[in-house]
Amino acid sequence: MTEESLSSAIRNRINMKDGIVHVDAGGLHYKDLNTILRTLGNPVPIVHIENVYGQRYIGTDLSNNMEIHICGTPGNDVAAFLDGSTIIVHGNAQDGVGNTMNRGRVIVHGRAGDIVGHSMRGGEVYIREDVGYRCGIHMKEFEGKKPLIVVGGTGQDYLGEYMAGGTLIVLGLKMGSKPIHHARFLGTGMHGGVIYLRGEAVHTSKEVQIKPLDESDYKILRRDVEAFCKEFEIQPEPIMECEFTKLIPASKRPYGNLYVY
Amino acid sequence: MKSFLESEFTVVRDEERCIRCKVCVNQCAYETHCYDAEDDRILSKDENCVNCHRCVIFCPTHAIRIEQNVTGYTQNSNWSREAIVALKKQAEYGGILITGMGCDKPNFTYWDRLLLDASQVTNPSIDPLREPMEIKTFLGSKPDRIELEEVDDDVVLQTKLSPQLVCEAPILFSALSYGAVSFNVHTALAKAATEFGTYMNTGEGGLDERLYKYGDHIIVQVASGRFGVHPGYLDVGAAVEIKIGQGAKPGIGGHLPGEKVTEDISRTRMIPVGTDALSPAPQHDIYSIEDLRQLIYALKEATDYTKPISVKIAAVHNSAAIASGMVRAGADIIAIDGVRGATGSAPKVIRDNVGIPIELALASVDQRLRDEGIRNHASVIVAGGIKSSADVIKAIALGADAVYVGTAALVAMGCTLCQKCHTGKCPWGIATSDPWLTKRLNPDIATRRLTNLLRAWSLEIKEMMGGMGINAVESLRGNRMRLRGVGLTDTELKILGVKMAGD
Amino acid sequence: MKTAMELNNRYNDDKVNDACGLFGMMDLSGRRFGAEEPVKAIANMHERSNGLGGGFAAYGIYPEFRNDYALHVMYLNQESKEKSEAIISNNFDVLRSEKIPVDYSAHVIRPPLMWRYFVHPKQNLLSTLTSDDFVVEQVMRINMETCGAYVFSSGKNMGVFKGVGFPEDIAAFFRLNDYEGYMWICHGRFPTNTPGWWGGAHPFNILDWTVVHNGELSSYGINRRYLEMFNYNCTMQTDTEVLAYTLDLLRRKQGIPLSVVTKILAPPLWEEIADMNPTQKRLYTTLRMSYGSLLMNGPFSIIAAHQGEMMGLTDRIKLRPLTAATLDNMLFLSSEESAIRLVAPVLDRVWSPLGGEPVVGRLKSDTERIEVIAH
Repeated sequence: MTEESLSSAIRNRINMKDGIVHVDAGGLHYKDLNTILRTLGNPVPIVHIENVYGQRYIGTDLSNNMEIHICGTPGNDVAAFLDGSTIIVHGNAQDGVGNTMNRGRVIVHGRAGDIVGHSMRGGEVYIREDVGYRCGIHMKEFEGKKPLIVVGGTGQDYLGEYMAGGTLIVLGLKMGSKPIHHARFLGTGMHGGVIYLRGEAVHTSKEVQIKPLDESDYKILRRDVEAFCKEFEIQPEPIMECEFTKLIPASKRPYGNLYVY
Repeated sequence: MKSFLESEFTVVRDEERCIRCKVCVNQCAYETHCYDAEDDRILSKDENCVNCHRCVIFCPTHAIRIEQNVTGYTQNSNWSREAIVALKKQAEYGGILITGMGCDKPNFTYWDRLLLDASQVTNPSIDPLREPMEIKTFLGSKPDRIELEEVDDDVVLQTKLSPQLVCEAPILFSALSYGAVSFNVHTALAKAATEFGTYMNTGEGGLDERLYKYGDHIIVQVASGRFGVHPGYLDVGAAVEIKIGQGAKPGIGGHLPGEKVTEDISRTRMIPVGTDALSPAPQHDIYSIEDLRQLIYALKEATDYTKPISVKIAAVHNSAAIASGMVRAGADIIAIDGVRGATGSAPKVIRDNVGIPIELALASVDQRLRDEGIRNHASVIVAGGIKSSADVIKAIALGADAVYVGTAALVAMGCTLCQKCHTGKCPWGIATSDPWLTKRLNPDIATRRLTNLLRAWSLEIKEMMGGMGINAVESLRGNRMRLRGVGLTDTELKILGVKMAGD
Repeated sequence: MKTAMELNNRYNDDKVNDACGLFGMMDLSGRRFGAEEPVKAIANMHERSNGLGGGFAAYGIYPEFRNDYALHVMYLNQESKEKSEAIISNNFDVLRSEKIPVDYSAHVIRPPLMWRYFVHPKQNLLSTLTSDDFVVEQVMRINMETCGAYVFSSGKNMGVFKGVGFPEDIAAFFRLNDYEGYMWICHGRFPTNTPGWWGGAHPFNILDWTVVHNGELSSYGINRRYLEMFNYNCTMQTDTEVLAYTLDLLRRKQGIPLSVVTKILAPPLWEEIADMNPTQKRLYTTLRMSYGSLLMNGPFSIIAAHQGEMMGLTDRIKLRPLTAATLDNMLFLSSEESAIRLVAPVLDRVWSPLGGEPVVGRLKSDTERIEVIAH
């Protein structure tokens, strides 16, 4: 598909300036918006989408290597099935950020809603502020793929539910030097991966165990926190001064004794 | 008189496997097996066998199989083997046929014709393993409204609730009287109820003082014979249950033969050793509904209003009206026992022909109490043929607060439903007071078998609730929309208050 | 002619299911504002409705009749109008009776005749009933007996406007730009098992209580049977109706504070109750034991409103979305943040309430006292 194949009404939304493609999304349907993103060809550009108010699925299934800036509030499922590209949200995101994503990066300069990174298998998600319910639910790793979510704020209940792989880091940056994370049922059903909390949890599930961090943990943590800080221009050193809590599954098969045959 | 009865079962022994260890000889309480030292072989008297499977399970080489006697009478759809055998027995002995356990006739079970719902798309199922699934149940009278007082920004509760039973799952152990079952059975039931967080019911034979320490998890029963009923007994229980009737023998009393009244049982029942313990058919201080109120309040006074008072009836034709009267008489809990409810001993003709299925009784009772706006005033426990967690959850959806399980608990402990409880020779050490037999039931192991059963059913209930998108049992209670019927007539569906599957 | 129940649930399903978009906007100072922003916001959540229902409730729109019940009635036939008007004139003093102004050029499907009456119960007929109870009784009567009339709004100084269409089309049909209210509750409907009829759209209203709802109550069967014990007829067979009657029973009839009502609808887990102090533990245990049948189980988010108060609530494990936000005196509740941002790009605060934790905006009399309770 080429740009010429777009209808003139849609084409009028696109404006090239200083090597950046600007798209005015005001009132535009998500289907047209994603058509634009898929149509923008090589060389892969930087795209700024402006006036975004609730369009869903922005960046769904993109496999090229764009840098997409979303200005406004994208709708649910931003970056769903993402397979490459970087999506940067300048504002808050709603539910389903990075749903089942496979590769790529999502950076949210604000907060995000429920089920961030639902079933994601690869890629990185950085949320500057808080996340809603069930962040990291059923994220998993496979072969070379290992997903990462870093949350600058804190999460609501069922954080890391069913987690089967990958890394989930929750920093609680606005919660003082010793954050207490109030999410209940933290790590419920967790059977893989690792959660690092800056500070402490009040209510972990029976399926997780709390472990002290060793040097290899700090290595991972430093790397990922630095990556987070770079996105949001924050100093990593003070963050790392605080004590972290490491949560891992108590068992790979937490429900082994549940069944009779 | 020459007996014309044939043996019901045939013992089949694999002679090659048999090692003459004599376990079967020792285990059989009916003297079916005997060792012939001369020929070094074990012989069996088929006519003594009750098909209890004790020898089958304990034979170390699995050499024994019990078969139904294959020598049948001439095929006849009207005169079944059961009918012919009954006639011959009565002709030979001239008495009432006695049996044990519950009605074994087909077609009285509605649970199997009810199917449960599950969530698809419009609402999500909930994962019971990872998210909370609450089946905690309170039994007792609830108010129609609560009174609160607003003080500044706070609310202060004014209502004081009536006493309640708290069950970790909506499953309690049904009344099994000491004497009908052994001390070890009572011990296991009391310990399992305590460990799990539910209740056992003493039945009408009192409670051995050695079990008083489990009193917080025991419902003490007051029946027509008032055996073992004294202030200490009433005080020790978590609730008191007045037994009007039971599903296996509605309108019929009980009779524990003197030979079962041993030292311990005598002490507990507070009657002399060796005397018959007769439970009259009615409670002789209850000839009418206002008399029931009199007894309910006598017990409330005696226990200073600290315990819920339950009233248990057999499910009969006008249960709904009776239940309404019971609630108005002040019962905090009403227990209804259906036609399939079991017994240690009952006339077979009564067991199999009197009463109605619990499903229908429950449906009409729950609806009647709602129609009259008094459903909150009492909890409803149903009993009589609850054989799986599916039955439990269907009972809840039909409108029960909880279920009583008797037979299922006995099976968990070893019972094989041979229906010979009335002989007092239970080879599994359950329905007996013979010290040689009662020793066979290790109370600690039996406790574990019971708690395992409760755990397993609870897990299954949670799975089914999760599938329905319900995470608190109170949202399922009386929620008949989550049930559908199959193979039922319009009238049956109407009484059950459920729609036909597909509708 | 079919009854409301038959119209609403053509296939006689267990109940009518909906998925939806919700939006609420309240100026806590009591300043009245037009429909433009709420309509724009709910329209933005187009994906959440399917054209089979949209509706609005606006509070403070009839100040000249602030003490009178405003009955909004839809008539599917002339006969039902005559029957209803006989009931109304026999039981009420009618201060004004008029056609609700509508725009037939709006994109809506087969609108019924819309009429409104400003009324007061005839005092000599009240006997022991309160005026509110009397109004409820007459509303139920019209809805049940007239075969074709449906009272869809019956509060004071407020009105519901709803029908079959997308919310923005319904707004155009009812010429909502002609009204000003201090609180607007909006709904876009996505029913799954009804072709949609005008009375079945949301909000659902009884007296001045209005509920919009998203989700499906897995507990509907028992919620309904419980309410039936208190003589509520659930004719619409929707979750929303059950929620509205529950609020009416608990809040109006039993006088339970809204903060406690929300804890009946979405109670804390037993595990959480176990951790409470003894007084709280006793309160919450009593609530759950007494009102277990009114636990709203399964996914829901609701916005419920009555004169001077707006409340947002989700189920206790948060299976449906709800975002809250404030800007100066304005409190917003919405299924999606983007809809709020569309009408207020810059906000003082925006948050996702915890499951089962209500957000309550309250207007205190006509003074400037403002209170937002937000968790």
